[in-house]
Amino acid sequence: MSLLTALRETVAGFKSLLTGMRITAREAAKPSITVQYPHDTLKMADRFRGHVKLVLDPVTGKSRCTSCNLCVRACPSDCLTVEGIKREGEKKKSVSEYTLDFTTCSLCGSCVEACPSDAIEYSKDYNVVSLDRAEFARMDLLKKLEAEAKVWAEKNPELAAAAAAAAAAQAAAATAKAPAAATTASAPGAGAAPVATTPAPTPAVAPVPAAGVTETRTT
Amino acid sequence: MNFLQTEPIRILLYLVGICAFVGANAAYLVLAERKGAGRIQRRPGPNEAGFGGLLQPLADGIKLLAKQVMVPPGTDALLFRAAPLLVMAPPLMCLAMIPFSDSITARSLNVGLLFVFSFGSINVMALMLGGWASRNKFAIISSARVVSQNVAYEIPMLLVVITLLMVTGTMDLNEIIQQQGGGFWKWNLFKVWVNPLMPVTFVIFFICMLAETNRAPFDMAEAESELVAGAFTEYGGMGFGVFFMAEYANIVVGCSLATVLFLGGWQSPIGVLSGGLWGAGWFLLKLYALIFTVIWIRWTFPRTQFYSLLNLSWKILIPISLFTLLLTGAMMKLPVVYNHFF
Amino acid sequence: MIAQKDLIPVDNGGDPTKETFVLNLGPQHPAAHGVLRVLLTMDGEWIQRAEPVIGYIHRMHEKMGENRTWAKFLPNTSRIDYLSAMHYTHAFVGAVERAAKIEVPVRAEYARVITSELNRISSHMVWWGALLLDLGGFTPILYAFDDREKILDLLEALCGARLTYCYYRFGGLYNDVDDAFLKGTRDFVAHMKPRLKMYRELVTDNIILRKRLTGIGPLSADLCRRYGATGPVIRGAGVAYDVRRAEPYSVYPKLEFKIPTYPEADSMARYLVRMDEMEQSLFIIEQALDQIPTGPFIGKVPRVLKLPVGDTCYAVEAARGRFMVRIVSDGKEIPYRVKLRTPSFSNLSLYEEASKGMILPDALAMMGSLDLVIPDIDR
Repeated sequence: MSLLTALRETVAGFKSLLTGMRITAREAAKPSITVQYPHDTLKMADRFRGHVKLVLDPVTGKSRCTSCNLCVRACPSDCLTVEGIKREGEKKKSVSEYTLDFTTCSLCGSCVEACPSDAIEYSKDYNVVSLDRAEFARMDLLKKLEAEAKVWAEKNPELAAAAAAAAAAQAAAATAKAPAAATTASAPGAGAAPVATTPAPTPAVAPVPAAGVTETRTT
Repeated sequence: MNFLQTEPIRILLYLVGICAFVGANAAYLVLAERKGAGRIQRRPGPNEAGFGGLLQPLADGIKLLAKQVMVPPGTDALLFRAAPLLVMAPPLMCLAMIPFSDSITARSLNVGLLFVFSFGSINVMALMLGGWASRNKFAIISSARVVSQNVAYEIPMLLVVITLLMVTGTMDLNEIIQQQGGGFWKWNLFKVWVNPLMPVTFVIFFICMLAETNRAPFDMAEAESELVAGAFTEYGGMGFGVFFMAEYANIVVGCSLATVLFLGGWQSPIGVLSGGLWGAGWFLLKLYALIFTVIWIRWTFPRTQFYSLLNLSWKILIPISLFTLLLTGAMMKLPVVYNHFF
Repeated sequence: MIAQKDLIPVDNGGDPTKETFVLNLGPQHPAAHGVLRVLLTMDGEWIQRAEPVIGYIHRMHEKMGENRTWAKFLPNTSRIDYLSAMHYTHAFVGAVERAAKIEVPVRAEYARVITSELNRISSHMVWWGALLLDLGGFTPILYAFDDREKILDLLEALCGARLTYCYYRFGGLYNDVDDAFLKGTRDFVAHMKPRLKMYRELVTDNIILRKRLTGIGPLSADLCRRYGATGPVIRGAGVAYDVRRAEPYSVYPKLEFKIPTYPEADSMARYLVRMDEMEQSLFIIEQALDQIPTGPFIGKVPRVLKLPVGDTCYAVEAARGRFMVRIVSDGKEIPYRVKLRTPSFSNLSLYEEASKGMILPDALAMMGSLDLVIPDIDR
């Protein structure tokens, strides 16, 4: 009986519509899941891949970058520029310019993986906004690091003082002696370690990470 | 008080009152729709402008008013400009007939129902003119759809109304409401002793009302994923705004008509507290309950396909409404026949 | 390129009842996902001819493959089809591993399967929401995105990105799957099962959707074969072709799953195939979570990768069908040729033939059921 089946189909169809309305009503009773973005924000995951940034060494308050240019070579979109200079009295080169062209960066993280000295990591900063294109085209990571270092120095005055003392000692050593560092390979390391421990106020806190970090740096 | 009852003042009062009612409804139903959609989709909806989003319609209105009303080259400029007016006028006219309470009616006519339907049909023409005048392929396709859709749905709607007229015996809306007084079981919706299919006729009326007002799931005229914005594609600024407001004004008219015809208008569902302002309260309560259902439906279902829409009308709704018409007639005449023979 | 003559309506021989017009759908049309443009020659609402115009988002991925090292091309693979980035990376990584004969640790293979299947579910969710948007239902996409958000959160916590993961490396993974991820995935599977039931009740069983999709846009198995359509499109035509079974890769041979097929070949069949695939993916994930061993997550890979001279192919079952990478190496650090066989391109190719004689809303519903990703077509 086709009339009956047609009627039955109509009723079944109408029932499916009511089911749908029941479901939306049920969902409407549940609380809203929106995060009101500018007012509250989500916490970024630990592994979140933002733009790269230079790591602040928690002991020296400086970058660990040796400007080996491995990151530049690993970058698929050629968006990194790294310049390094060899400062007086230092064993390795240190970074003098580190800029990221964020307009071409694809956040792939090849640079972070390529870095042999853990000098760069992902920033957790996702609110990267500017009215000026140049701010993205030449994102000066070193400047950002310096700003961070200032905060770090305020938070850890002892470590900052130690680092400053070490730098002063190194500079003094460099001016005093001839470039005979090659004869004693361990000399800079040995020179740095005692300086780090010399500030008396908090000797127990500082040396432990200091030793670990300096080791990774020299290897 | 006597001064208010004088004819010119009365006309002015109701004119302003209806315009304000339609304007406020159109503005705040948009907000209610967006809030309702947000609720269903588990998000808060607009909540930044004003107190929890209450000033959003104002902001939208200012934005629309500030935009240039552009008449694209090659359009029929007169029709293009006239269409928004034509689409807004019918719901205003119709609302003049709707009794908000036993004492609040702009104009009580003994052919009120006929009046509402005759003006309600102009709406289609306005949409068609707007689409035609736009000189846009999407708009013209949409216009063609609107016309055939409205023709198809006018028929079952009128059949249902004829069924109802046979029961009530009058076209005066206020009288129709008065017949339904004394409790919700006296509403036309529940008059199953007159016709056991009365709830079905209400459903048919409601579906037709959705189709006539071009609401989802029958929003063929503005099928944005197919026809960009349908008949309104070329309209910007307040031209679009008026179309948009007219959609809500039409919903108000459609829902208030459904309330009057089936849900007892301003009659109280419990039989007491139905006069004066109480009546207006009951009426608005029923009206907004229906409007809420319309919003709820929109945010639940996908759009129907145009041809299944016509199939629904011609193959399902019209036969059923014809059947109810015959059934009602038979049930009304049955006692007469019975008395004649026995 | 579009010739000028294509824009002139078909000659109607002076008969006004046969008049046609050209409707330019896209590249900025709300129904064309992304920047697809379709030139429709219409007779009223009937389509006489539909010609897809592609290339608006062509980015020369294949050429880019020829001017950078193997590792440098890796981030590109996530960007070809942004919705199934895991599968695409898998194909490229797999091709290089096959050519260089790099051993991949078992743990890494299982992690690849888990993340790939999660990615497939999230991709199908986007398709589901977008199809419903095409059909005028606005709510399902938000429900789908609510659930998809959970997948994205899991993958973000794992590899740091939400869409362009770039998670696989030659010989393994970028970093290890942690316990939090494995537990989160288990929770997600438990959460998703009742949600799929809700999807079914809200949308699949809905009479309006059934009327919109049943019998609409039939794509016969023969047509699919001629145009090389794969994935849910050919499975919706009743052909049980799935790369995971036809050309087994990774640890899929060790995992049980059904290949959902529907012989009706209409839009509803393709719809149901994808809905079933989500269930099957959950099933695969459950098994993989049970079987995943401990161990290293990356194998031994030479520091400077030079592939031996040769020609290697590797195909995966991406969310939209068979994605294949063919790499030709001339022994240098840089590929000689990287050929990408993308499923959406083949799936779109049949559109012109299939949409003939359909009416506009049906044609758009069919386009939605093909699940096109425009960057995947243009590459």
